[in-house]
Amino acid sequence: MVELNVSIWHNILNPLELIHLPLDIWVDELLNWLVGNYRWFFQLIRAPIDFALVTIEHLLQNTPEVILLILGWFVSWQFADRKTTVFVLISMVTVGLVGAWSQAMTTLALVITSVVFCIIIGLPMGILLSRSSKMEAAVRPVLDAMQTTPAFVYLIPVVMLFGVGNVPGIIVTIVFALPPLVRLTILGIHQVPSDVIEAAYAFGASERQVMVKIKIPLALRTIMTGINQTLMLSLSMVVVASMIAVGGLGQMVLRGIGRLDIGQAAIGGLGIVLMAIALDRVTQGMGLSPRMRGTRFWYQKGPVHLLIKLRDKVKDATTNDIH
Amino acid sequence: MEKQPETLLTGRSSESANSNPVIECRNLWKIYGDRGAEAMEAIKKENIGKEEVLERFGGGVGVVDASFSVGEGEIFCIMGLSGSGKSTLVRHVNRLIDPTAGTVFIEGNDITAMNRAELRRTRAEKIGMVFQNMALLPHKSVRQNVAFSLELRGVDRKERNRIAERALEIVKLEKWGASYPDELSGGMQQRVGLARALAADPHILLMDEPFSALDPLIRRQLQDQFLELSVKMKKTTLFITHDLDEAIRIGHRIAIMKDGVLVQIGTPEDIVTKPADKYVADFVAGISRLHLVYAHTVMWSIGYFQKKYPEADLNGCPESSADEDLDSLIDVMVSTGAKFIRIMESGNCVGVVTQGALLRGIQGKEPDEE
Repeated sequence: MVELNVSIWHNILNPLELIHLPLDIWVDELLNWLVGNYRWFFQLIRAPIDFALVTIEHLLQNTPEVILLILGWFVSWQFADRKTTVFVLISMVTVGLVGAWSQAMTTLALVITSVVFCIIIGLPMGILLSRSSKMEAAVRPVLDAMQTTPAFVYLIPVVMLFGVGNVPGIIVTIVFALPPLVRLTILGIHQVPSDVIEAAYAFGASERQVMVKIKIPLALRTIMTGINQTLMLSLSMVVVASMIAVGGLGQMVLRGIGRLDIGQAAIGGLGIVLMAIALDRVTQGMGLSPRMRGTRFWYQKGPVHLLIKLRDKVKDATTNDIH
Repeated sequence: MEKQPETLLTGRSSESANSNPVIECRNLWKIYGDRGAEAMEAIKKENIGKEEVLERFGGGVGVVDASFSVGEGEIFCIMGLSGSGKSTLVRHVNRLIDPTAGTVFIEGNDITAMNRAELRRTRAEKIGMVFQNMALLPHKSVRQNVAFSLELRGVDRKERNRIAERALEIVKLEKWGASYPDELSGGMQQRVGLARALAADPHILLMDEPFSALDPLIRRQLQDQFLELSVKMKKTTLFITHDLDEAIRIGHRIAIMKDGVLVQIGTPEDIVTKPADKYVADFVAGISRLHLVYAHTVMWSIGYFQKKYPEADLNGCPESSADEDLDSLIDVMVSTGAKFIRIMESGNCVGVVTQGALLRGIQGKEPDEE
């Protein structure tokens, strides 16, 4: 009698033990069903990513080192300060000297591809969500889940649906790196002063014109911060994704650890750190308006400015010849 | 003792300025919140007050039964303290805010009935607006700011830059086209705002406290500049201000607004000499009448004068006209040393301003009180 009582009390106080929700089985079955019936759909998604990645990687791997060095120099000169330019050049040379150039180019191709797709998906998504607070509230938990679910959880399902290799690696990366861009796009658009928006409407702007001519340009700095964040997260994910056979610097680290080859792992790690800092500084520079960099327009600085001056000189010379 | 609830059905209609008003508001109401229409119904049926509307329908009352019209080329000032609903009212004219009830006609077209495309066209072509906080586009140069309404209409770059340059010349900022708004002082920024409103050559200007954020000296300069311009350009202007001096300086007619209600509409002289209620009277108490009150208000009729001073000889007294203000009457009286001024109209003497009447006029008391 007493024992029975104890058991009843136990059940009343711990009711959740009585019922078991077989979520694990459901997820398993859902995944199997998806793989069984809709694998073609996921293979279809592969195609554009595959194409972009192969093209970019082919370009980066086949361009001579010197040309890439000059390109790196020009890009950082155009968008960032002198310190960053020097740093970018030193990093590139270091990566080449330690023998990680090819892997670094693979990683760079992966990062560029995933950031491009993040922008293609995230920017319109953020713009759309900024217009409706209800939709934003509905999507926010999804974004939270994307960012906080441990990558290992969805690494295997992604492999089952997409296979192994660089493309599923990019898909995993997009899942992880997309949320900050969406979030910061929404934030940037919401931060545009309402009086400026009102003025635009007062002069007869349509909703679309307000978005394109006012909201997006004024949100651009925040959006650039989002892109910068996406880039950083992509780079960190590329290492985790090496577990599903994604190549590049992450693979170097993984292999090095697997074989207890600490030296190899260190080289991969160094490459990732240098690349992260360089990409971060350059994209942060892109986020600053030209006037913050001390010129009125972006083309009044860097190699483009040089080109324009050169063109003007040639023009002057030819007109002088005529006279 | 129970307090009588204040009722809202007190709005006055005003006489129209002329037969063809450019802006006309008819019985305009704005009640905030989702239940505005319901509240409107209750106000009409039960005649409930402001507090009750807020209590029962959860929405504040912004504008109460406002009716007025602004004629071609007229400068119509709406004066009220902050929170009186004047900025809300002006935003109904270009429908930045939709009214709960009532209509607004822009050159005879009902703006509340327009679809989006028509509304945009009306805003872009007919109405220019200047804002208290300038609201210039920080990412565009001064020239691009001024050309903004033209850009929205798809005018090509060369043409709109040419027009923008002309608008900048009008406000004397032609050298600053390539600068950015944050490189300009407040007064200059507001001149850019004015140029932006003028660029599309609209018929109507809405000025929402354009000079309030500026320091007094600059404000005065801009008022003068604006008056000079408005004489030249003859834009129909709705001018919002919280400063009665400014309203009197600028407005042909003034509407005094209090708690969403247009309390009085009239010429500056009407407002000052015949305030509709104590609120307006308190407002105008400190206002100098020298440039507001005219001879026709203070003069005695010729009959009354002859009764009072049967032996007075008017021949040789200085002459003046009925629309001279007190200030110039004082000048006349002091420089000639005369005790009476004859007020002439097409060669006939229609009245006499005596020394006493003139002094009473300055005081703001009735001329016949002696």
